[in-house]
Amino acid sequence: MTDILLLLVSTVLVNNFVLVKFLGLCPFMGVSSRVETATGMAAATTFVLTMASLASYLINHFILEPFGLEYLQVISFILAIAVVVQFTEMVIHKTSPMLYRLLGIFLPLITTNCAVLGVALLNVNKGHNFIESIVYGFGAASGFSLVLILFAAIRERIAVADVPKPFQGAAISLITAGLMSLAFMGFTGLVKL
Amino acid sequence: MEIITATLIITLFATVCGALLGFASIKFRTEVNPIVDQINELLPQTQCGQCGHPGCRPYAEAIANGEAINRCPPGGEAGIKALADLLELDVIALDESCGEEIRERVAVIREDECIGCTKCIQACPVDAIVGAAKLMHTVIASECTGCDLCVPPCPVDCIDMPFVAITTDNWRFSNPDHSVNFISIKQVS
Repeated sequence: MTDILLLLVSTVLVNNFVLVKFLGLCPFMGVSSRVETATGMAAATTFVLTMASLASYLINHFILEPFGLEYLQVISFILAIAVVVQFTEMVIHKTSPMLYRLLGIFLPLITTNCAVLGVALLNVNKGHNFIESIVYGFGAASGFSLVLILFAAIRERIAVADVPKPFQGAAISLITAGLMSLAFMGFTGLVKL
Repeated sequence: MEIITATLIITLFATVCGALLGFASIKFRTEVNPIVDQINELLPQTQCGQCGHPGCRPYAEAIANGEAINRCPPGGEAGIKALADLLELDVIALDESCGEEIRERVAVIREDECIGCTKCIQACPVDAIVGAAKLMHTVIASECTGCDLCVPPCPVDCIDMPFVAITTDNWRFSNPDHSVNFISIKQVS
């Protein structure tokens, strides 16, 4: 139980997917201009990442490993993730229009996110078991959500700030992201696994 | 031999996934009522809420479910006629309890009186007001729908709603409803 909790904290803060592993940077820069869209994206990512690590664990354990086909991991994980996301999108569209409108276009968008495939492959590399895989996926997503929403909030403030001309636009966003990354380095050593 | 097993397994896996998606697309098909989109296109998209619904699309859905078509003051007489044509209903007079039909208007903020409270920005249903806290706000005239919703929240009453001046860009030929739409028909037996 402590291991699981430590794994969660270490994935969210110490080995943050965006700011330490530099995965999923495109949505991090792309949908962080408003807090509301960032929240939608964060919810969709949390959902997809957890589902993806679950599905990829099952595929790897029950299909690829028995036949010695580990070299097909990338293609089968992409396939499985795409199918799981599409399937859940249809189910949500039917059962809960409210949730569907909230997650909206973010669900199919997130399918091709490198963080999603990253979680699936890292799970295999680290030899996580079933529970650990799900916790790792959820932790990665929570970390992503945390920094995405924080970053969106900062960018909303920057939008009305008096930024010097050479730094306006993408430049100041990248500098902000770099400073956040530096700040997250402060969590190193919080958890030793 | 190994390559054949690999191909077979991937093909099988992909087929199962495809079958699952195909099954889901039939099983979880959502019926979207096409009439709602058609009604929504006829509504003026002011998002003013005078019909009692939070925006034009919810009103379009309500009309599709049988609500009266005369609850949209910005659409006015012409809007009711267009809706009646589409839905094959009788033309009825505008429901006065929702508001009166008014000429096209646009919000203008008296900028030297604005204190920058952002209350009008929160009230605007189409995000046509720009500005930030303690900074002067202004209205993007091309986005403003003239819905009036920003006027009540303003604590210093610095928002005017003037009529849009008629120019060659927005002038329209007036609807000749007395000559065309009401030709009396004589029954000749």
